[in-house]
Parts: sequence; C-alpha cells; structure tokens
Amino acid sequence: MSAEGHDHAQDHEHEHHHKDTFITKYIFSIDHKMIAKQYLITGIVMGIVGVMMSMLFRMQLAWPEQSFKIFNVLLGDKFAPNGVMANDIYLALVTIHGTIMVFFVLTAGLSGTFSNLLIPLQIGARDMASGFLNMISYWLFFLSSVVMLSSLFVEAGPASAGWTIYPPLSALPQAIPGSGAGMTLWLVSMALFIAASLMGSLNYIVTVINLRTKGMSMTRLPLTIWAFFVTAIIGVVSFPVLLSAALLLIFDRSFGTSFFLSDIYIAGEVLHYQGGSPVLFEHLFWFLGHPEVYIVILPALGITSEIIATNSRKPIFGYRAMIMSILAIAFLSTIVWGHHMFISGMNPFLGSVFTFTTLLIAIPSAVKAFNYITTLWKGNLQLNPAMLFSIGLVSTFITGGLTGIILGDSTLDINVHDTYFVVAHFHLVMGISALYGMFAGIYHWFPKMFGRMLNKNLGYVHFWVTAVCAYGVFFPMHFIGLAGLPRRYYTNTNFPLFDDLQNVNVLITTFALIGGAFQLVFLYNFFSSIFYGKKAVQNPWRSNTLEWTAPVEHMHGNWPGEIPEVHRWPYDYSNPGHDEDFVPQNVPMKEGEEVLHH
Amino acid sequence: MTSLLVIIVLVLLAIALWQLTKIFDLTQVGDADNSQIANDGDNNTQGYLMFGFLAFIYIFTIYGLFKWGPLVLHTPASKHGAEVDNLMNVTWILIFIVQAITQVLLHYFAFKYRGKKDQKALFFSDSTKLEVIWSGIPAVVLAILILFGLYAWTNIMFVDKDEDTIEIEVYAQQFKWTARYSGADNVLGKANVRLIEGVNTLGVDLSDPNAQDDIVVSELHIPKGKKIHFKFRSQDVLHSAYFPYFRAQMNCVPGMVTEFAFEPVYTSAEYRALPFMIEKVANINAIRAKKSIELVANGETALDPYTFDFLLLCNKICGASHYNMQMKVVVDTPEDYKKWLSDKPTLVQEVKTANAPKPVEGGVGTDSTKTKDTAAIAKIAMK
Repeated sequence: MSAEGHDHAQDHEHEHHHKDTFITKYIFSIDHKMIAKQYLITGIVMGIVGVMMSMLFRMQLAWPEQSFKIFNVLLGDKFAPNGVMANDIYLALVTIHGTIMVFFVLTAGLSGTFSNLLIPLQIGARDMASGFLNMISYWLFFLSSVVMLSSLFVEAGPASAGWTIYPPLSALPQAIPGSGAGMTLWLVSMALFIAASLMGSLNYIVTVINLRTKGMSMTRLPLTIWAFFVTAIIGVVSFPVLLSAALLLIFDRSFGTSFFLSDIYIAGEVLHYQGGSPVLFEHLFWFLGHPEVYIVILPALGITSEIIATNSRKPIFGYRAMIMSILAIAFLSTIVWGHHMFISGMNPFLGSVFTFTTLLIAIPSAVKAFNYITTLWKGNLQLNPAMLFSIGLVSTFITGGLTGIILGDSTLDINVHDTYFVVAHFHLVMGISALYGMFAGIYHWFPKMFGRMLNKNLGYVHFWVTAVCAYGVFFPMHFIGLAGLPRRYYTNTNFPLFDDLQNVNVLITTFALIGGAFQLVFLYNFFSSIFYGKKAVQNPWRSNTLEWTAPVEHMHGNWPGEIPEVHRWPYDYSNPGHDEDFVPQNVPMKEGEEVLHH
Repeated sequence: MTSLLVIIVLVLLAIALWQLTKIFDLTQVGDADNSQIANDGDNNTQGYLMFGFLAFIYIFTIYGLFKWGPLVLHTPASKHGAEVDNLMNVTWILIFIVQAITQVLLHYFAFKYRGKKDQKALFFSDSTKLEVIWSGIPAVVLAILILFGLYAWTNIMFVDKDEDTIEIEVYAQQFKWTARYSGADNVLGKANVRLIEGVNTLGVDLSDPNAQDDIVVSELHIPKGKKIHFKFRSQDVLHSAYFPYFRAQMNCVPGMVTEFAFEPVYTSAEYRALPFMIEKVANINAIRAKKSIELVANGETALDPYTFDFLLLCNKICGASHYNMQMKVVVDTPEDYKKWLSDKPTLVQEVKTANAPKPVEGGVGTDSTKTKDTAAIAKIAMK
C-alpha cells in the first residue's frame, strides 16, 4: 500500500506542472473535493426548490382555497387561477417535494457531498479509486436534476401520484394528468439518478476497501467512513430494484405490458391490462424505499458520531458497538420493507413477519442513541453550530424513532397508516434528522471545503429557530394524524368532522413558514462565507482525523508530501497519557502506550 | 426592455461583488483567526439554551397533550378496536417514558458539561456492561410488544370460515364508493370490470346464481353486534377504505379482492350520544358558526350545522379529487338494518327495469352511458 502511495505522490507532482483550465477545475473536475462541492451546491439548489414547494402546500392546507398572489406568480394561471391553488397541482407539489427531498437533497446532496469529500481525506487516499467515474456520477446526477426540474414545466403538470408513484395511478394519464409526460420525465430522471448513485456507491466501496493508507485498518476507520461505506453497500443492493420497477413501469405505460396492471375500467373504457398486480410494484418499490431511509439517515449518523466525539473532547462511546449497530441496521433494513404494506392486501401472515423484523431495528437504533448520550456525559462540550445540529439530530432521531414503534406494529398501523401521523414520524426521524446531519456536516467541514469559516452567530440563530420550528411543525402533526386525518388531501373542508383540526394546521404552517424563512440565514451565511468568511486554520476543531492534516489550500492528491501513516484509532480525545486533549491518528504511539481494545 | 436593464444591473452587481471579494481577499491573506469557534462564553450561552430547549420540549408536549389530546380518536366503535387501543395506550406509555428520560439526559448533559477552559473530559470509551444493558432492555420490551401485537393482528386479520358474518362488498372508483350486499344467500356473485354495462356499474356477473339476490347501494348500512366481512374491489387505481372510528383500513386493489372484518358495537345514534362526541360536535359547530358569520358577511352561504356520522374515507392517493371521496356509514340496530335492506331492489331487478323498452324510471343509469359502455366493450372484444 505504501509503495502505491509513493507512486501516486510522484504522479501528483508531475501533474502539478499542468495548469488546470477553468473547465477542468470547476466543471469537469475529477478531483473528489471539487465534486463534493458540486454535489453540495446542486443539493442546496434542489433543497431550495423542495422546501419552497412545502411552503406553498402548507399555505394551502392552513388557508384552503384562499387566494395568494404568490401562488399565481409561481404556479401560473393554469395551476393557480386567481391565486387559488388547483387540486391537481397540490398533489404535484407534494409528489415533487417528496422526490426532491428524499433523493436529490438527502441522498445525493448529503451522501454525495460528504462521501466524496471525506472518504479519500479520512482514509488517507490521494483521490477516489476512479476519479473519472466520480465525475460521470456527478454529471448524471446533474442531468437527472435538470430533467426533474424540467418536468415542472410540462403542460399537463409534473408527476403527481405521490413520491411512491404507485401504479395504476402513475401509469394512467386518464387517472391523473400528471401521469402523462410529467411521469415519463420523472421516470427518466430517476433512472439517471440511480445510475449516478450506483457509480458513486461502487466508487466509495472500492475506495474504502483498497485505498486506505498504511495503518488504517477497518477498526481504525472514523465512524463517518463506516457509515458511508455501509450506506454505499445498501445503495448497491437496493437501488437496482427500484430501477427494475421503474423499467417495468415504463413498459406498462408505453408498451402495453401488464406487470402492475389488471382489470381496469377508467373513463368509460375497459383497458386491456390483465394479470398484473400493483402489490408487486409496492414490493419492488419498498425494497428500495425502506433501505432508502437508511441511505439517508446513516451518513447523517456517521457525521454526528464524528462531530459529537470531536466536540465533546471524548472518544465516541462504544466504537465497536457503533459499527455493529450500523451493520445490523443495514442488514435489517433489507428485510423490513413490508411494514409499508400491512394493509396493501398482501397475506396478513407476511404482516406478522415484517412486524417482527421491523421492531428489531429499534435495538441497534437504541444502542446508537444511548451511545451518543453517554459520549456527552462528562465531556467538555464545545457547543459549535455543528455540535448543536448533532445534538438536535439525536433529539429528533429519538422523538421520531419512538413513534416508529407504533407504525412498525401491524396492529397499530391499521388505523394510522397514511395519516398525518406517518408524515410527522418520518419527517422527524429521517427528514429533519438527516437535514440536521447535513447542516452539521456543512458547519463542521466548511473550513475543509472552502478554507474559510462560517459565521458562528448566524449558525446559532439558524439552529435555534430551526430546532423550535421543526418541533413546532411536526409535534402537533402527530395529533391530527391520530385524529384520523389522511395525508395527501388537498383540503379537509369537505369533512366537517375535521373542522376542529384547522387551528392546528394554521399553527403548523406558521411554524413551517418561519422555519423556512430562517433557512435564508443559512444560505446567506453559506454563500457569503465562501467569499468573505474568516480564513480557516488547518485544524480548527482540534480533531483527530486525517483530513485535518492536509493543508487548507486544496491540491490534487490532498497531501503535498507522503500520505500520513496511521498509528491509532480516531477517537483519542482527552487521553490521559497526552498533554493535548486530542491526538491525531498520524501521531505515533508513545513508548509503553497501551493500544485500546476498543 | 426593462428586463434587459435588470439583467445589465444584475451583471454589473455581480462584477462589483466579485471585485469586492478580491479586494477583501487580498486584505485577508495570512491572518487566519479562531473567532468563529465556540469560546467559553458561547459554550455557556448555548448550554443554557440547551437547557431552555429541554423546557420547551416538555412544555410544548404537555400543552399539546391538553390542547390537542382531546382531538385524537378514542372510544373505538368496533369490537376489535378496544384491543387495538389497549395496545396503543401501552405503547404510548412506554414511548413517553423513554422520550422523557432520553431527552432529559441529552439536553441536561449538553448543559451540564458545556465546555470550560480548564475542564477535562473523562476518557471513557467502552463498557460492555452498559452496552448489554441498553441492548438487552429494548430487546425484552420489544419482544413483549411484538408478542401482543402479533396476537392482536392474527385475531383481527384472519376471519374464521365458520364464523357467522355478513358479507358486503365495498367497491371503489375515482372518486366514489359503492356497496354491494350479498343478499339472502350471503354470497357475493362473481364480478369483473369487463362486465360493466349500464346500471351494472360494478360489473357483476348476472349469470352467476349467487349474484341473483345481490343489492347495490350508495350508502353503507351495517347492523350493530354482527361481524361484517368486507370484500374490497377497485375498478381503476389503488384506493384505501379507511374507517377511522372502527380502527379498520384496507387497500382496494384493481385486479384483486381484499378483505377486512369488524363488528360494530355502537349504533350511529348511540355513538352520537356519547359525552365526548356531544362535546366534539358542539365544538365543531361553534367553529362552523363562526366561519359562517364571515361567509355571510362576504355574501356567501352559511355552512350547515354538523351532525356526526361514521364515514368511509379514501386514504390512498387516487387522483385530483382524492380529498373528497367519502361514503356515509350508518350503524343500525339489527331490526332497522333488516327493514332498510328489505325494500332495496336487487341488481337483477334494476337491470331489468333499465332494459325495459319504456323510458327509464328513477335516476340510475342513462341510455347514453350504456351505449358508450357497450361500444367500449365491443372495441375491446375486437382486439
């Protein structure tokens, strides 16, 4: 391994004589750090679109069928005549909001950014195993984002069958206008996205396995790398299944096959489909869909592990237990998809099996939560913005995770399935938690990415308003779900039964609008700090991992001389045998220093 | 023209910004500083805020429980509903205990151990004992929950063949529900969407002997104290038959028949008379009255006062008007139920009336739709 490192170093010095053009440096870059930034910025742009959409439909839910000028400005005369949101565009907004947030922001934006940035830097590699593949991966993702956004401008409207795109609704334009060209673009975009994601994941896996520096054994890897590594494996296992589902759906839609469709009478006509089953699609979709939740949350947890340990000035508690729980979650995540389908009409016996496997996931999740709390105990907590977001993540992960015990239990799921209770649950446990993870990562590694610091006071304002608003939005939402209010209703004014929930909806929307508006503080902080931020020192958080041994100025190959050699695990914080409260991984063991059996 | 000016201004602004950045950049070289890293003052403030946030979570939770707790569904109107609600309550108690403890620990630690200059963190990296405790306890608790859950699930979902039930079909289409009663033989006749024609909107196979006494209606009546075995079908997209007050829900899937059975334990009138329901309805009517005043002031019509009825809602996104797909469900006493059902014509009779040469009586099915449907079927047959 070290010989290889040498070669690389020489290559790199050789390379340095070529001057990068604007195009090779900023656009078709094969440098993992630049690709990480590209992922991040694209993710942020998509995030702005996704969050804006949620603001719009939240306004409709709080003040149903009222006229807002902004609806007319943003949605146009067709979808918001006189500023009143139309019912089909409401569904389109919900659908695209879900798609963008889950895939484009929290999968590509989070995993794409931090896997790319941190894997080579933290394992001590010059770059990804294949820089070229990495570049293709980003550009396919970019293309898929463009296709997804372009679907917003299709005449009949974008896909509107829910982000789960269950056929027959998603297959038949007669059933909903968005299932025409809008749905075609959705499927094309997702196919590109999956290709991009697979290339990225394979690259991450290969890099972690092959390019670790000397001394970096698997049990010396930072937990971030473990999380990205396992996430990539889950992605490689499950994304192809979604691709196959999407392909079969394309066949059903365009070539008259009947994989998912059967016995349909619509718009006064019997369609020819026979013998297919929408339940099959649900199986295929959730075989990705559920692991996807972990693809979203595991990197966030990995980032949190790193940030909590660094800022607590303490080793992460139970390093091996953390690895075991990541592996356990990854394994279990592939055998629990049926809990989305308890009442889909599949055999109730399967429901029993999936209840069992689903509730098992609570065990490794509980281990993680308790380990985080114990890491804080008797620490010397540096409450930087990144640390606040990490603590916030643990808080929402617990709150949201606990209600999963209700949804994972088939008996209890019967009555809360597809209500706002589900919306509240998954937004807290994967939406907000993963967003917090992403924010934590940005605040923590911004100096690494841009060589400058984010403004901490703006960071504090950003965190506290977001934290209050997140609970303000999703906590009351549990109640309206338990009151039996179905999700994906354009308005509930047709049910006097739900009239007493309207005040709650107004409160939720108020919190959502405030929380949404305060994300501008973050955007301002982020974009202005890229240019005007205070210059960063090499290791601002006094952290142990290898990325902070690389110079602030980015360069191909990451380290000017040889790649640092690793002598210890990444969590030697406040080790009593040392003067400083941190001991970077590349510091050799002192004579007589005991190797921890962590 | 104006847009061109705007673009020019934006470009100039961008250039100005870029130049400013450059100047700023040049003045900054070399003097990296640590002012953006939390110092003791920040740690102190943020630590207290963490403690404040804990208070916020607690107060908000308690406020929510009092303010919104009464909105939550309770007093199930079905027999198995009690079982569901018991399990739900046990689970809730457990959740609140864990939530209360973990959030205190998390935020209190964040406050208590906020960084100070001469504070040294404890080097504590591992404890097998602790790990065993907190994987063991959840495992045991979850095992118990799983057992109870599976016991209830099996009871609810599997309908015994010899059980004495009433078989009713609930039929879904964009955006309405229809019900079919199996009649005296308690067996539903076969059906297929390819047989949809005229008044036979459910595609019932009229040659099937079991279909002869089937009755199709647009309002669901069920008798109290008798288990109803529902069979669900859909003709177009996925729908979900959601009876929140009965703790019952099942998807309706085109191409297959799904099922769910429950036994109502209150008639609609009895449920309306429950104290909590009287209060809820009074509250809703107060809200509606207030809204009506506004509406009338704007020259619109006032809202009708609300009386409670059980409802069947669609709970799976099914199209643009998904939000308005509902059917009234009436739970009668067995006598009233029998009386209500007895004067409904069977589907076979309805079809006969509709096909009679004289003009169609009543409102069901018109000739134009019928010819259209027949043409459609002919088209399919030709393929």
